[in-house]
Amino acid sequence: MRGIRLGAGAGYSGDRIEPAIELAEKGEIDYLVFECLAERTIALAQQARIKDPRAGYDPLLAARMRAVLPICRAKGIKLITNMGAANPVAAAEATRDIAQSLGLAGIRIAAITGDDVLAAAKERNLTIEDTGETIRSLGNRIVSANAYIGAKPIADALAAGADIVITGRAADPALFLGPLMHEFGWCWDDWTALGKGTLVGHLLECAGQITGGYFADPGFKDVAGLARLGFPIGEVREDGELVVTKVAGSGGRITPATVKEQLLYEIHDPARYYQPDVVADFSHVRVEAIGPDAVRVTGGAGRRKTGTLKVSVGYIDSYVGEGQISYAGPGAEARGRLALDIVRERLAIIGVPMTEARFDLIGVDALHGGKASAGRNPYELRVRVVARTESIEEAIKIGNEVETLYTNGPAGGGGAWKSAREIIGVVSALIPEKLVRPEVRFIEV
Amino acid sequence: MKLREIAHSRTGDKGNISNISVIAHEARNYPLIERFVTAERVKAHFSEIVHGDVTRYELPQLGALNFVLRDALGGGVTRSLALDAHGKSLSSALLDLDLPDQEQPG
Repeated sequence: MRGIRLGAGAGYSGDRIEPAIELAEKGEIDYLVFECLAERTIALAQQARIKDPRAGYDPLLAARMRAVLPICRAKGIKLITNMGAANPVAAAEATRDIAQSLGLAGIRIAAITGDDVLAAAKERNLTIEDTGETIRSLGNRIVSANAYIGAKPIADALAAGADIVITGRAADPALFLGPLMHEFGWCWDDWTALGKGTLVGHLLECAGQITGGYFADPGFKDVAGLARLGFPIGEVREDGELVVTKVAGSGGRITPATVKEQLLYEIHDPARYYQPDVVADFSHVRVEAIGPDAVRVTGGAGRRKTGTLKVSVGYIDSYVGEGQISYAGPGAEARGRLALDIVRERLAIIGVPMTEARFDLIGVDALHGGKASAGRNPYELRVRVVARTESIEEAIKIGNEVETLYTNGPAGGGGAWKSAREIIGVVSALIPEKLVRPEVRFIEV
Repeated sequence: MKLREIAHSRTGDKGNISNISVIAHEARNYPLIERFVTAERVKAHFSEIVHGDVTRYELPQLGALNFVLRDALGGGVTRSLALDAHGKSLSSALLDLDLPDQEQPG
């Protein structure tokens, strides 16, 4: 039976680059997929594009393309990525320039646009899922609205001969589903096949998270070679059966346990994983080791798509100021608590308006509340004060009041640090699919 | 016995919702986990952090449970003031859960 091999070259925008090179060189793959776009990234990218019309795509695009383009060209490996972020056309042009500078020719690059639905979202005044309010209630604080587009434009671009496909906001699994639809000619209403293809994409999209990354717990779950972790290869048959594997000799491990953790990662109801092209059903998935670092995955299924697409709406939410300082040795916790009390009182005295604040002791109660570590008296800890304000000027005052603990606070405070930042919030809404019109534009080298 | 001795776990995030998987290392321990790691217990365990409902989904063929915790991420990953805004460390907290010690065979 016919099969293809998909490699996952990145699981987030800042991911390591060498594992992608290793996949291209030794993975015998047909496609190399880079998933680099988190929920908030596109809103930040949109802000960058407003400042500079040639910006707004992934900052590591050039480094990644330079590293893998010559190998992919030599071996006929096709590249698919959402590194276009808020500006897929500029990303495609940058890729063209890199290919030319490397002396490569005869490459067809597809840029997929149409995920930017800001105008339609405002016109339809979409409802925000969490709050029930409309997006017009965000007023002029909105910076972006991007729909999660599906696999169809990616498959179309491949059918039209694309060697490289660059998208903006696409559903992460769609980056993998696209080439499967194109290669196997599955029908767009074959919900089972679409569900199986979505399962492939979901398992591979976080790259190292299925090959032993984000898994090690010494003594309980040991993983060797995390500093040279290999990224996954999905070997997919025409009937949708998947084997997850990696380059022999690379670090990490693939076992039923690593696959199960990734299967449920960011999943709510396993029977209803909402995607643009299908409602995938992972509730009957089975995994089975068939060799060293080789796990077979079966049982993916799916149901008819909903006809609506998720939209991520980015908006300027607030400003956040933060300060930290460390205490250690006997009485560290008492001095840390005194420090928090002093900062709390100082912020009241100088009158900083805050809509929300946290007074944490890192090492005691910052991650899971105080219940878990009560009475353990840590040798060292870090005071952390963080608060939300309406302006950057007010946010700056939060960290300042932690820093002044140096000469005004408890004994022995060291390593003070402060920051103030604008917070771009992201909320979700749904938009009818028919209002979103993806387009494919080609650029040739 | 701690849950960590017989299960492993991973946290995922979407907006203000956290999901935490609990997966038995060995299939024979799944019934124990299914019996004692209930949605109510998980909600009580995270009473300082999770303010919404906890739903449990069962995947017996994988020896796995999936918990969905609402209003769990300080208003949402993108705006949370928490040090671990994604709640990625919540899986480790769940593995600290106490389970009754099993009968030793023989």
